[in-house]
Amino acid sequence: MCATPAKGAADPPLNWQEAVLSRVIRLSGYSAIVFVGLIFAFLVREGLPALFEVPLSDLFSVRWYPIEGYFGILPLITGSLIVTLGAMAVAIPFGIGTAMFISEIAPRWAREVLKPMVELLGGLPSVVLGFLGILILSPYLRQALDLPTGLTALAGSLLLAGIALPTIVSIAEDALDAVPKSFREGALALGATRWQTMWGVTLPAARSGVLTAVMLGIGRAIGETMAVMMVTGNAAVLAVHLASIVAPARTMTATIAAEMGEVATGSIHYHVLFFIGMVLFLISFAVNVTASAVVFRQRSRAERVLS
Amino acid sequence: MRSTRVLLIAMTILAAGCRPASNAATPAGADYIENRGSDTIVNLALAWAERYQELHPEVRISVSGGGSGVGITALINGTVDIANASRQIKPEEIQEAEARGIQPVEFIIARDAIAVIVHPDNPVSQLTLQQISDIYSGRINNWREVGGENRPIVRLSRETNSGTHVYFLEKVLRLGDSDSDTLFSTDTLLLPSSEGIVYEVRQNPNAIGYDGLGYVPPDLKVIAVARQAGGPFLLPSVETVNDDSYPVARDLYMYTAGQPSGAVADYLGWILSSEAQPIVADLGFVPVTAAPQAPTQGG
Repeated sequence: MCATPAKGAADPPLNWQEAVLSRVIRLSGYSAIVFVGLIFAFLVREGLPALFEVPLSDLFSVRWYPIEGYFGILPLITGSLIVTLGAMAVAIPFGIGTAMFISEIAPRWAREVLKPMVELLGGLPSVVLGFLGILILSPYLRQALDLPTGLTALAGSLLLAGIALPTIVSIAEDALDAVPKSFREGALALGATRWQTMWGVTLPAARSGVLTAVMLGIGRAIGETMAVMMVTGNAAVLAVHLASIVAPARTMTATIAAEMGEVATGSIHYHVLFFIGMVLFLISFAVNVTASAVVFRQRSRAERVLS
Repeated sequence: MRSTRVLLIAMTILAAGCRPASNAATPAGADYIENRGSDTIVNLALAWAERYQELHPEVRISVSGGGSGVGITALINGTVDIANASRQIKPEEIQEAEARGIQPVEFIIARDAIAVIVHPDNPVSQLTLQQISDIYSGRINNWREVGGENRPIVRLSRETNSGTHVYFLEKVLRLGDSDSDTLFSTDTLLLPSSEGIVYEVRQNPNAIGYDGLGYVPPDLKVIAVARQAGGPFLLPSVETVNDDSYPVARDLYMYTAGQPSGAVADYLGWILSSEAQPIVADLGFVPVTAAPQAPTQGG
């Protein structure tokens, strides 16, 4: 914005190298916003016509069968939500637990082995996990829970939990690690047990980092496609009961991936798929904004308490 | 410097490999054929392409799958020379092609039977078309109702972009009645691949699935199907498909954009010849009769 050095006479004048560099850096900083904006604009351009081509009451109905003109996206939204919620119910306690173990309890050598191993797990391609899901997890679930089929939302949730875990563990551990040692020493000196210190002092102090970890985990889970498409069965059933978790489900991402190849550019089906992409984008956006708001509020409260 | 040169060479090779398909239609560049579509046909198309390239080394044929809809969409968008389809092109697709100045031309290149498959331990061994329709549309939900054990039925299907799915919907679920609006039950599992269906049927005694005969492995149980309740229950085979007694058999198609010429015409002519049709039988499909095949206008 400011090409002229307006900071005052005390600053040394910028030479041209610095001027170029600072602009490049600023540009990279803004580019993220620009790209997100452009992507959303594209989604809106391709997806919004769906609202005029399909009556709202049809779009938000419960039957998805696009080759016969049924474009109800509710089963897809509930499918994505139930799979993601299931994944989070597993991944959050396990992820934070693992992070606390690595950061607070594990001896040094174990920590040096565990952290890289968890991060390696994060690099595993999701299609490989999907294969394991088809070959091992879903037959096991069917027999263990006596279900009609193992290809269910639960199988998808468990795989997604596995995919989101490394992200959650890695970032939450960094956050716990960054809590000053004096906090723990202070708590212990006041007579708190190790558990009380961890639960009552360290974890709350690292709250914003841990919440970021959870957010990124959710983001990873809701956007995951391949593994989910392979194990959830892809049946577009409205998932509104508790029992839906052990029934097949069809997610928004799997629908887009499975059907994008066949649609003619500019057809109603094409616009509806982009509309689903838009909904997915808005859900991710809402989750992120909520989390930022929560983190921001808590940080200011924590700062008040500590000052 | 050196890496720049390597990069340049690599890019030249890539550019040569990715010559746009439109070139292939002109006589000058008529040695590269792009062939895409139905997953049912992909193995057959690959076998033909390999054999043909042995006989005609100057022709390059690239074959890929993705589903009948994918192939036809690619033909409409002008990115392939031949689209494979396990269903006939739809009127909407013809309209769309014509809107872009393309006249799809249809070739029947083989026939295929759809086998209805269950777990080997399932005692049910025969069903009528009406029973299969009732199972897939959700009116029958337990194997007990069709003479089996007291088990829930898990319905497996291909994704909606599969020609097999569309054929099964029209010919089995709706029993060939074009006015019927019967749909797959919403809890039908839509699996993205034939392998997915085979795998689930192999390990799940509740499952029922369907697939092209060429894709059914010998360890699964194939159901004998009858047109009517009293009628003969027949297993799919080359004989029952050729004499039209097996009720769930269909033609397999290739489509070109306009009457083919040059290498594409030669290739299609060879596919329909007595030299190429035995490959069809080797892969579990049914050859088309050797009668000279006049290419018919699509639709």
